[in-house]
Amino acid sequence: MTTTVLPPYDDVVARYEPVIGLETHVELGTNTKMFCGCPTEFGAEPNTQVCPVCLGLPGALPVPNRAAIEATIRIGLALNCSIADWCRFARKNYFYPDMPKNFQTSQYDEPLCVDGYLDVEVDGEIVRVEIERVHLEEDTGKTLHVGGATGRIHGATESLVDYNRAGIPLVEIVTKPIPGTGAKAPLVARAYVTELRDIIRSLDVSDVRMEQGSMRCDVNTSLTPAGGTEWGTRTETKNVNSLRSVERAVRAEMIRQASVLDAGERIFQETRHFQEDTGDTRPGRSKEEATDYRYFPEPDLVPMAPDPAWVAELKAALPEPPRVHRKRLQEEWGLTDLDMQSVVNAGAVELIEATIAAGATAAGARKWWLGELARRANEEGLDLSAVGATPAQVAELQQLVDEGKLNDKLARAVLEGVVAGEGSPREIMTARGLEVVSDTGALTAAVDEAIAANPDVAAKIRDGKVAAAGALVGAVMKTTRGQADAKTVRELILSRLGAQG
Amino acid sequence: MSDLTKLTAAELAATIASGDVSAVEVAQAHLDRIAAVDERVHAFLHVDTEGALAAARDVDAKRAAGEELGPLAGVPIAVKDVLATKGVPTTAASKILEGWRPPYDATIVERLRAAGTVMLGKTNMDEFAMGSSTEYSAYGPTNNPWDLGRIPGGSGGGSAAAIAAYEAPLAIGTDTGGSIRQPGAVTGTVGAKPTYGGTSRYGLIAFSSSLDTPGPCARTVHDAALLHSVIAGHDPRDSTSIPQAVPDVVAAARLGATGDLTGVKIGLVTEFNGEGAEPGVMAAYRDSIEALTKLGAEVVEISCPHFQYALPAYYLIAPSEASSNLARFDGVRFGLRTGDDGRHSLEEVMSLTREAGFGPEVKRRIILGTYALSSGYYDAYYGQAQKVRTLITRDFTSAFEQVDVLVSPTTPFVAFPFGSRTGDPYQMYLADLFTIPTNLYGGPAISVPCGLSEGLPVGLQIMAPTMADDRMYRVAAALESTVGVLTPPAL
Repeated sequence: MTTTVLPPYDDVVARYEPVIGLETHVELGTNTKMFCGCPTEFGAEPNTQVCPVCLGLPGALPVPNRAAIEATIRIGLALNCSIADWCRFARKNYFYPDMPKNFQTSQYDEPLCVDGYLDVEVDGEIVRVEIERVHLEEDTGKTLHVGGATGRIHGATESLVDYNRAGIPLVEIVTKPIPGTGAKAPLVARAYVTELRDIIRSLDVSDVRMEQGSMRCDVNTSLTPAGGTEWGTRTETKNVNSLRSVERAVRAEMIRQASVLDAGERIFQETRHFQEDTGDTRPGRSKEEATDYRYFPEPDLVPMAPDPAWVAELKAALPEPPRVHRKRLQEEWGLTDLDMQSVVNAGAVELIEATIAAGATAAGARKWWLGELARRANEEGLDLSAVGATPAQVAELQQLVDEGKLNDKLARAVLEGVVAGEGSPREIMTARGLEVVSDTGALTAAVDEAIAANPDVAAKIRDGKVAAAGALVGAVMKTTRGQADAKTVRELILSRLGAQG
Repeated sequence: MSDLTKLTAAELAATIASGDVSAVEVAQAHLDRIAAVDERVHAFLHVDTEGALAAARDVDAKRAAGEELGPLAGVPIAVKDVLATKGVPTTAASKILEGWRPPYDATIVERLRAAGTVMLGKTNMDEFAMGSSTEYSAYGPTNNPWDLGRIPGGSGGGSAAAIAAYEAPLAIGTDTGGSIRQPGAVTGTVGAKPTYGGTSRYGLIAFSSSLDTPGPCARTVHDAALLHSVIAGHDPRDSTSIPQAVPDVVAAARLGATGDLTGVKIGLVTEFNGEGAEPGVMAAYRDSIEALTKLGAEVVEISCPHFQYALPAYYLIAPSEASSNLARFDGVRFGLRTGDDGRHSLEEVMSLTREAGFGPEVKRRIILGTYALSSGYYDAYYGQAQKVRTLITRDFTSAFEQVDVLVSPTTPFVAFPFGSRTGDPYQMYLADLFTIPTNLYGGPAISVPCGLSEGLPVGLQIMAPTMADDRMYRVAAALESTVGVLTPPAL
């Protein structure tokens, strides 16, 4: 590829209008696979969660997983789709060693859910993303190429295949093309995937972990000259595996396509791969040499006709949509849009909710999760929920602060102990002797000591320069190793020196 | 004791249950017969001597312990090599599966084991059940016990020949376009294709998923019914399996054996008027119609105008499904692998494996099916064939509004000499001309011996509505009561 100077983004969106589209795959969190009874746990020893059916051994036959069908219908309903009253699976035929049968059982022209939409919020503005279809299919296995430098098949001495993932139910959610988003296209893409993830999480049908591959995104992008009516040729950027990458991939592909179009060349319809390290996309397989999948109705499975009463029941039982839910919480917690946004970005909504339920105030709960704990999660690259503190513990910590047993600094030390797994906040406070010293006898001695050691400061205070008391408070805190209550110390100093606070 | 191999399954079961002979003696008698004649017949690809004797000992132990025995306990059986048998080689008569031992049993095999039958081994067939003469087996053809220079029918020629040669009283076949009935007809035995979905396909190596139907092969209608009742019934592991009770085929066979068909309405398919069929076959067919009339049946002609398109529709649907079903044979996970020498790419290894592992007829059908499903041709071929299938189903439905069963010759010709049709695939495909419509419809059909032509057996096909398998057993048993059981020349 020739190196060209890429145009600035602002310049790109001034001259071109992007059209984006997203195809998202979500591995369902069912206990068993799509067409057999094998377990679906992540991270098991290779090829330990397999049977004749998911290995595609001769003679083995699929039987559909009702829980997966139910989950797909619920996703479809949450995305405002119509549920087909009759549909069936098809076979998508192509040869690849990680696909045991060399065909994927999927849905083709008769998907389970069609024609929905998802409203997403970008900069306070609602953008409606139309959903074309939601369908169910089975995942493939994973290939691992060893012996080469890159982990790619080129140069590898051996290729290994793990079929544990083969047959895990996979839901594919396809949007219609999204025009008219202009410069916000990358943000819309990100907001859509974020919202989708939240919805699926609220349905409790998948753990939607992009870093573990249980949610994977392909991003379609095309550019049209500003004012143009015909859409440009699109490219498909595969397996974009973080929210940030979704945004970056769209942006990078817009800039790349603009540079190609600027040079008077045309865009090829192709599959591209997003490079996490450089943030750009590189070409993969060209669509012009694309496989003919030879789709046809799967003869091993009878068609599905979801009972309308069942579908209605599932619809009635859907949880509140996350966006509505958040709006309600924001009001309850009295947060500004910006504050709420940072709570959402930190993935703290449910944690704060649970902490409040455990007895903390909204402000208190938010303070700990967004301050100390979010910082740690960030540093360690963890999800906030995996950082090591529970809502109950955070609520207890806040309660100790409210009772005056801990000050801010001590509370942070206790929280460290909680994260380190030393026990409940109260236990840690006691074990580490971190409780605020409020025994005035002991404090008076420390105060007197500080006054004696700093006669000039004491003189200033006596003269009415009350602000100077801070220096003495600091000295007392030092001798008490931070365990004194600063307010009490200050009052003591002032009263010992006969000054008015 | 007289020759145990000449007894029917029902007789053997009764003898074993009474304690007159042991199951081990019965198994040994059949193993001895196999040892004596199978070199000439080549009905078996694998004989499981140890497994058979162990199963027989189990039956004897149960009897000794006073446990109740099933209706076929201790009866030997041969199983077409297309059904997975745990630990026992299963090849579908293909080089690509040479030496493969499945880690599991087909549902039907499980049911056979549970019923106490004694599996003697796996029978020869056309590779992946594609063929009408067993000449496409990668391990050499089976010879027809009536004339060792002739084909035993296909694809289940091994199962039919094993029965005709008294190597086993019962066998399992699979019928995709006639592969149970057609070999039954040309070996003078009984072969039934149950209602599609009436017998489980789990563990049956798929040829054409929407057509494949496992079923019984036997020397008598009653034996076939007994075996049918053991293997049929809903299987939750097969999504296409019908969750309904199996009709009482054994009672129907008993009823038919009384020789009274009063009140039974039989339809003759007008379109099967003898065109393309041998005169001797048509003569035996007409004689059997006359015999049925004498038993009290009312016979009428019924037109099924779309049957003439069944053969071309079948040869689009079956290869299409086969091209997809056989994609898993790629050398990656099991069976043969060729070209894995570090000099070939992944695609080349798959390609070389399939090139070396599949025989000519299998390749022909994979190519045909791949073409018929490819974009741009799908509507013209596969899509059109599915429409024909719907029309044929309607022909059947409307026919069964007028009659109880339909009858026809099973095959247009008697067993032909080896090599006489392999040069022209179309001539070979004609062998299943009369049997294919039923597969497209999904209903049950049976072939029962109805006479001889030039000293070779001819079969009558009796077709019934879906899940009315009992009707065909009744008519078949009635015909058998007048025609009798055919006895092949001594080997």
